[in-house]
Amino acid sequence: MNRRAQLSALLALPMLWLIGIYIFSLVMLLVTAFWVTDPFTSKVKPGFTLRNFEQIIANPAYATTSLRTLGIALAVTVLSILISVPLGIFMAKVASPKLRAILAVAITLPLWAGYLVKILAMRITFTEEGFFNSMLGPLGISGPGFSIVTVVLTLTYLWLPYMAVPVYTAIRQLPPNLFDASSDLGAGAGFTIRTVVLPLIRPAIIAGSIFTFSLSLGDYIAAKFVGGSTQMIGSIIASNINLNPPIAAAFSLVPIAFVVIYLVSVQRTGALERM
Amino acid sequence: MLRLSLGAKFTLGTIVAISLAFMYIPLFLVVINSFSAARLSSWPIAEFSTVWWQAAFINEPIRAALLNSVIVGLGATAIALVLGTLVAFALQRHNFFGKQTVNLLVVLPIALPGIVTGVALNNTYNQVLEPIGIEVGYFGMIIAHGTFCIVMVFNNVLARLRRINPSIEEASRDLGATPLQTFRLVTFPQFRSAFVAGAILAFALSFDEVVVTIFTAPPGVDTLPLWIMNQMARPNEASLVNVVATVVILASFIPVWVSQRLARGADERE
Repeated sequence: MNRRAQLSALLALPMLWLIGIYIFSLVMLLVTAFWVTDPFTSKVKPGFTLRNFEQIIANPAYATTSLRTLGIALAVTVLSILISVPLGIFMAKVASPKLRAILAVAITLPLWAGYLVKILAMRITFTEEGFFNSMLGPLGISGPGFSIVTVVLTLTYLWLPYMAVPVYTAIRQLPPNLFDASSDLGAGAGFTIRTVVLPLIRPAIIAGSIFTFSLSLGDYIAAKFVGGSTQMIGSIIASNINLNPPIAAAFSLVPIAFVVIYLVSVQRTGALERM
Repeated sequence: MLRLSLGAKFTLGTIVAISLAFMYIPLFLVVINSFSAARLSSWPIAEFSTVWWQAAFINEPIRAALLNSVIVGLGATAIALVLGTLVAFALQRHNFFGKQTVNLLVVLPIALPGIVTGVALNNTYNQVLEPIGIEVGYFGMIIAHGTFCIVMVFNNVLARLRRINPSIEEASRDLGATPLQTFRLVTFPQFRSAFVAGAILAFALSFDEVVVTIFTAPPGVDTLPLWIMNQMARPNEASLVNVVATVVILASFIPVWVSQRLARGADERE
């Protein structure tokens, strides 16, 4: 069999599946965003209208929700970095080999514990009569309850391993003589971390941030169960999918746009090639 | 060496301790609450009991949901194994125009937010296929899961194929083996553990998936995560959910354990 025929045989079925089902669906989603909904029967009819997009732009609730979701996704990313860098430095440079091995397992294990289980766990922790309030209540601290703060904490809880693992791996791979050189030249630990470690682990941080950012952006289950009245982009898409599919389709282009803008701006830093 | 002052080490240690507490205390609360006698989760727990474990054991909807999760997971894994392995071979053994695009196509279903994948497939099922008389029903869910699981098998098999020495296959052909014999006796055994690891990851991913499932499950059909979610929305039997969640936490150790065994096995053979 010649190589060309061999390649076609290998690719035919996967491409038929991915293009025929998945890409087709994404294109149809884009097309549906221009279709018309009959206001009386809420039946969707093929056609061409920009009304769905007009409605999204005209409705200030949609704009605030988009910005709120963007803010949440960025907050989750920043919080994940703020936890992962000290964690990585501790594991790679302070912990004994044995403690390091234990911590390496400890930070990856929760990744497997189940998405909804973790949301349930955060719900139990922060509920009114829950663990957080009952432990810290006597100190006069009251928990965030079900609010946007808890949404950020929960999403960080969910996606932290995606940041912590690459950051730790990157710090471990830094050549030890860089640290010797830096300290021989008189730099303190803080200065070394800022001027040597952080620039070198930037690609790992960016790689991790792609996950923390885009996974948070598309999520709405956390907002539903620990967010109180907090709405995210997904909440609006989900509540429209049956009533007004074209609006849901049009609005689902917003997270796609955010992810693409993020990827393009990250790509300009050159970090993707080094991933 | 990074010379950290004692104070700095202490600060770092504190951050690590708080992070670990942040990761594990909530999970611990789920486990401990599953043994609570109360209907609702609370802290501290007033009375311990195994009543919810007994209730969960004979609960018919939980069994049905578990069965659905297993069926969907197995179906999706089968699809992912076939398609993921084919793409991995195509990308590793051939150079062609559009290679990067094919790679992107495989990653896309998992890179885009789940809600986009879910809404897109829901839209196709309901607005395109239904009007022309095609009801995907139960298969819609398996097709959706299969699509985003491909990348798991693909990544594992591709990584292994890159490390296989091609001269062994050439030797097999020179010794007169047919292509099928070479594949069965020489190639496959070399990437079998990656194939199995990919299958486990694909199954685990499918088993845990919620958002795409919400939009592609036929009415009245629950997978285990959907059952948990619906119960969380009606929180009058929260303790029953805690039992199921505890089982999920314990079950989640299995893929970690198996994949570590496989990784170790592969290292030892080299």
